[in-house]
Amino acid sequence: MKPRHKRIVFAVIAVVAIGIAAKLIIASIDKGSSYFYSPMKVLAGEAPKDQVFRIGGLVKVGSMQRIGKTLTVEFIITDDQSAEITTHYTGILPDLFKEGQGVVAKGRLRDDGIFNAEEVLAKHDEKYLAPEVKDALEEAHNEATNKKEKSQ
Amino acid sequence: MIPEIGHFALVLSMCLAIAQAIFPLIGTMNNTPSWAALARPLAWGQALFLTIALGALTYAFLVNDFSVRYVASNSNTLLPTVYKISAVWGAHEGSLLLWAFFLGIWSAAIAVLSKGLTQEVVSRVLAVMGMVNAGFVSFMLFTSNPFERLFQIPAEGRDLNPLLQDIGLALHPPTLYLGYVGFSVAFGFAIAALIGGRLDASWARWSRPWTTAAWVWLTLGITIGSWWAYYELGWGGWWFWDPVENASFMPWIAGTALMHSLAVTEKRGAFRSWTLMLAILAFSLCLLGTFLVRSGVLTSVHAFAADPDRGIFILIFLLITIGGSLALYAWRAPSIFSGGRFDLISRESFLLGNNLLLTVFTFLVLFGTLAPLIYDALEWGKISVGFPWFNKMFLMVTPFLAVLIGFGPLMRWKRTDPKKLVKKLRIAMIVSVVIGLIAFLPAISTGSLLVPLGMFLVAWIITSHITAIIDRLKHKQGISHIFADLAGKGRSYYGMVVAHMGVAMFILGATMVSHHGVEKDLRMSPGESAEISAYRFKFEGVAHTPGPNYTANQGEFTIYLDGEVEAVLKPQKRTYFAQGRPMTEAAIDWGLTRDLYVSLGEDLGGGDWSVRLYYKPFVRWIWLGGLAMAIGGIICISDRRYRSKKEKKPQQAYTEAANTLVTEKS
Repeated sequence: MKPRHKRIVFAVIAVVAIGIAAKLIIASIDKGSSYFYSPMKVLAGEAPKDQVFRIGGLVKVGSMQRIGKTLTVEFIITDDQSAEITTHYTGILPDLFKEGQGVVAKGRLRDDGIFNAEEVLAKHDEKYLAPEVKDALEEAHNEATNKKEKSQ
Repeated sequence: MIPEIGHFALVLSMCLAIAQAIFPLIGTMNNTPSWAALARPLAWGQALFLTIALGALTYAFLVNDFSVRYVASNSNTLLPTVYKISAVWGAHEGSLLLWAFFLGIWSAAIAVLSKGLTQEVVSRVLAVMGMVNAGFVSFMLFTSNPFERLFQIPAEGRDLNPLLQDIGLALHPPTLYLGYVGFSVAFGFAIAALIGGRLDASWARWSRPWTTAAWVWLTLGITIGSWWAYYELGWGGWWFWDPVENASFMPWIAGTALMHSLAVTEKRGAFRSWTLMLAILAFSLCLLGTFLVRSGVLTSVHAFAADPDRGIFILIFLLITIGGSLALYAWRAPSIFSGGRFDLISRESFLLGNNLLLTVFTFLVLFGTLAPLIYDALEWGKISVGFPWFNKMFLMVTPFLAVLIGFGPLMRWKRTDPKKLVKKLRIAMIVSVVIGLIAFLPAISTGSLLVPLGMFLVAWIITSHITAIIDRLKHKQGISHIFADLAGKGRSYYGMVVAHMGVAMFILGATMVSHHGVEKDLRMSPGESAEISAYRFKFEGVAHTPGPNYTANQGEFTIYLDGEVEAVLKPQKRTYFAQGRPMTEAAIDWGLTRDLYVSLGEDLGGGDWSVRLYYKPFVRWIWLGGLAMAIGGIICISDRRYRSKKEKKPQQAYTEAANTLVTEKS
């Protein structure tokens, strides 16, 4: 082979290899990541049934309670409008978890509509609201105002 | 008055930075020595005024000057004095000031320690650093001024975030920033070389100790950050693949690649354009990291309240810096295949392998970190990439790197005889394979293939380096030569050995804690016991205890091993007065072979508490490994050849290189 041919073969191999690698990485990232759904979308049945996903909103004031003598705690995640998702979590809640504050939970939706959280995140800075949660709250708020305007 | 002096000093330092960016550079281009010579005094002035600014802000914290907004939001009269000082960089504005201050310090260090360099090089490097600091100080002045006053002066400050009231805040950001900023020096040298068009081995030699120094600080910063998160966040993890952790990790990986690539460029003149690219990449990733932390575009444990203006400013700054340097690179960089030739089995090609793996890994982490942004922009949904994905990617790359590490020290430049290499490493290979096989025992492997793999790699790195040292000393005739080698001449070699041992220590710690660690979340009543591994944790109860600016519930746990008391741990649940926030303070009994870790959850009523109990075997080795890497780096910097007083003339360097070539051939 001439050096020029060698280089072309090398370039082709490199391009193919990079392509395959990119494909694999994107596929694996799809598998390894969790999508975010607002409480409204979950109620509308848009969230996957058999897959881990994230949900976020505010912890409804007065909704938090312990279940028996276990470490399981129940609370409602709300978008501050009409959508509410009852959530169960077994374990120790983060320090900044508080009723009325923003929260993101990662887990699965059970058949009975209860969200089984495997992980609960509340952020380290109380001024801080996760961007997804902020969007979800705004969206719900806009929807509610739209409805009101229509009915008037 | 003092804050105004600080503000004024900041404005002055910006003016000096702009001057430093312009005059020395033009001076070197149109041959005006008087302009070029301005670089050093300007760097001095900049460092001086930034020191004054930082001092003024520290003073404002110490005297509780709540008329300064930044102090009012991040301090409190009750805050202990130590934390008042570290609170200076506890939030956005102050941490930027620290960033700029360190850039000033690095510039001044270049001005002082560059006696051996030509004025041209010094002027250009300092000009590039001036550009960077002009960007940073103006960013601070226009969007996040730490000296901004409040006109309604509050009687009391809002207090520092309780998580930050810890020695970790005094150590982690300064070391990390010294690393981040330090890469601007490597960047400066690369850009200066591109501007000057002199891409011989000499720039690599000048750049090496500075790059290693930056890398050492970054290593320390990341290590301390990991250790801090472990004990302070109360859930015992040491790495979370959080976007901001990744932001510090990416420049570290790129920087590691750069260090290795610089070695090839200095010694062999090869990989020149590759090395330049890595220098640009490493610093760009430092800037990207700052952007990610400061803009709040990614959800992260480090996220501060977001401000879009800041994000856009840094983004533009980022685009100018990266775009500009890449354009310069495209225009000036030598062709990729320039430099000395080498065989497939040679130190060059193994270092190339190391570089490719590290670069691939950098881009994987970058992709995983930015994937949520990409998905959101393309409206594919809002995702978060979980740490299983990152772990998988990490495990796909690092074993190969660890295998290469073992070969590295025994490789020769240009060409190594594979047969001789295998012969030398035979014993090391056998020992490590045997250790790997032993680790297949169920008691050790816990059913995971990763434990035998990890143990094999640890044994491989250690035994191969022992082989390499023996091989090296065998060629030294007489005890005196061996001592001379240890004491001075071979410093960078032994530094490398120590750093590589750090890698082995890290793998040992990470493997053990990941597979043998035990974690339990429990509900416990006073007097109740729980078994964790071989230990029995007895919960004695919880009592109130006061603190300087908080009140706490303090639990007491007695831990028994074989019926004997092993430790008494007192974790706390604190409530800070100023913001009424709860904070978990874990209690840890640490040891070289295991940590016992207890943290309190919530009061469940009737004296019951939810508690978290951990057994963490060998977790300390993760940070000891980081420390060893940093010490290795320091040993390398202390190598005498970086301290040669006079710069070698380029012709002389070339002749020397040619001579080495001839000698090696013969």
